[in-house]
Amino acid sequence: MTSAPRDREIAVVAFAQTAHRRTSEELSEVEMLMPVLHEVLDRTGLKTADIDFTCSGSSDYLAGRAFSFTLALDGVGAWPPISESHVEMDGAWALYEAWTKLLTGDADTALVYSYGKSSPGPVRDVLTRQLDPYYVAPLWPDSVALAALQAQALIDAGDTDEPALAAVATRNREAASANPHAQLKGAVAQGDYLVRPLRTGDCPPIGDGAAAVILAAGDRARELCARPAWIRGIDHRIEAHGLGVRDLTDSPSTRLAAERAGAFERPVDTAELHAPFTAQEIVLRKALRLDDGVHVNPSGGALAANPIMAAGLIRLGEAAARIHRGESDRALAHATSGPCLQQNLVAVLEGEPR
Amino acid sequence: MPEVLKAPLVVEFPFTRSLGPVQSAFLTGLRERVVLGVRASDGRVLVPPVEYDPVTAEEIRDLVEIAPTGTVTTWAWNHAPRRGQPLTTPFAWALVRLDGADTALLHALDAPGPDAVRTGMRVRVRWAEERTGAITDIACFEPYDGEAPRLTGATGEFEDPVTGIVAAARLDYTYSPGRAQTAYIDALGGRRTVGERCPSCRKVYVPPRGACPTCGVATDEQVEVGPRGTVTTFCIVNIKAKNLDIEVPYVYAHIALDGAGLALHGRIGGIPYDEVRMGLRVEPVWTEGARYPDHYRPTGEPDADYDTYKELL
Ligand SMILES: [Zn+2]
Repeated sequence: MTSAPRDREIAVVAFAQTAHRRTSEELSEVEMLMPVLHEVLDRTGLKTADIDFTCSGSSDYLAGRAFSFTLALDGVGAWPPISESHVEMDGAWALYEAWTKLLTGDADTALVYSYGKSSPGPVRDVLTRQLDPYYVAPLWPDSVALAALQAQALIDAGDTDEPALAAVATRNREAASANPHAQLKGAVAQGDYLVRPLRTGDCPPIGDGAAAVILAAGDRARELCARPAWIRGIDHRIEAHGLGVRDLTDSPSTRLAAERAGAFERPVDTAELHAPFTAQEIVLRKALRLDDGVHVNPSGGALAANPIMAAGLIRLGEAAARIHRGESDRALAHATSGPCLQQNLVAVLEGEPR
Repeated sequence: MPEVLKAPLVVEFPFTRSLGPVQSAFLTGLRERVVLGVRASDGRVLVPPVEYDPVTAEEIRDLVEIAPTGTVTTWAWNHAPRRGQPLTTPFAWALVRLDGADTALLHALDAPGPDAVRTGMRVRVRWAEERTGAITDIACFEPYDGEAPRLTGATGEFEDPVTGIVAAARLDYTYSPGRAQTAYIDALGGRRTVGERCPSCRKVYVPPRGACPTCGVATDEQVEVGPRGTVTTFCIVNIKAKNLDIEVPYVYAHIALDGAGLALHGRIGGIPYDEVRMGLRVEPVWTEGARYPDHYRPTGEPDADYDTYKELL
């Protein structure tokens, strides 16, 4: 065990993701995940046995199977015993856990992965099961309905209108044209109302997919990656679960997380925002004070591919990959969970000066 | 490659949830056509009420009756209601701030169409005819321009208070077991057991899940194993399970099929329960029309030598 200096530097050194698709019924979860795990390891030359800590994010409710993450562990080679943990959340939160593990000095490398198969079940209904079970879940308000309430609140506040929401959709999906993993790309019709004021084009695709990143500390990161994406800060915050208690036009939790992660100390050039619904990008841009000079969602974001439980980790991975490729020097990555941006995680990533 | 199997899978769960004092008062109130909020330490009245102050986290109990009339703070038109939602005809989801409350309650709003709904419109509670002490005792909201009715003077003390709810849920899936398990299940249809060999460590997994948990690589070479096998370990079950038509005691065992790299589970029959032993050689017994062996019975061979199965325990 090494002792951990407070300022221990930790970086994302590799990222991989599946092609996200409407269905992957021919594959079990582990079959879908394994190629991604191999790809991310290959990028660093690491073997499973070289990884000090493994952490994953997923939800049994998506596929309707209990303890599905234990089966997925077959894909990482969990015997002989490994140091492993799981969060029943988006993989962005698994990355947060791995980051803290590396900060303690107990590990120098970590593998973080997450996956979601939304195709087997009715994902709009499945997500109602994360709502307050006493007052809200018995009414079965689906995920699109709750996002639509937030969109209407923004329209009423004069923060956006339907054409502006359509422009968000268009911009993201055009950006996704350059992303070989995206599910929806290029020109996509705004379509009919799904739950008014949200049209089909304002909503994310339903799909299956997986993602993985490798974290490494200090010189180990420099050995594994030509230009590591150093995590300068991460923070995550939660707001009241009662939707009627919150101001849906704002995201104070995102703002606070960004402040604690150091996002406001200097401008970022890139932001990967986890906004499955167009209106949520409006809220996040405001909370994060992103102006038009920031490259928002060059990957196409969650409007182009939204594998539930992986879409947040993908934001971190996409932001890091841009730094790896030298396309960004300082990037912000955001992940969300829960209805109407209930929980928010913000990370700030930097490449070394060139 | 044969077609991947698919089957409907229904997950149903009736969670029984107990209520704290504030939730109990609120839901009992709904049963009695009364709406109660709770006063937070900053003076705000929260509806629906919570048991802990959202700012200070102190326990709060100061119940306040409020009116069943209120104002829409935001809404969304739902033209295609889904199963379980409050109304079967198109309706608006609405957040409604009831008169006397500082926060809004989510529910359905019955209106003829989206043009009849706007933020700021006045609404009132439509009570369900049968009320049990649940959020669904509010059938929905409806447009209402009149005066707020007089409060009843309710304090939150009720006879026969509701102390719990049953939160029933049902989700319908189409289950697909993936490539490896499809091949396994297809083979069972022909009364054969097929595993998969790891290309790296050469171990044969049965049932196969498509990956070697030691090597973390795909297993793709199919290998027929069994039908005979060896009991590696076992337990004696003495309590009859609900809906299970097997007399107790019986033996449940790990059985390493010949050629398999690990043991699977099965019931042992055709031998008194107290004569089952490690090393016993067994074979599957199929019943007519079954999709997997009903149980395993002794083959009559001599017991296997411990060294032949010690790695499979
Ligand atoms: Zn192996």
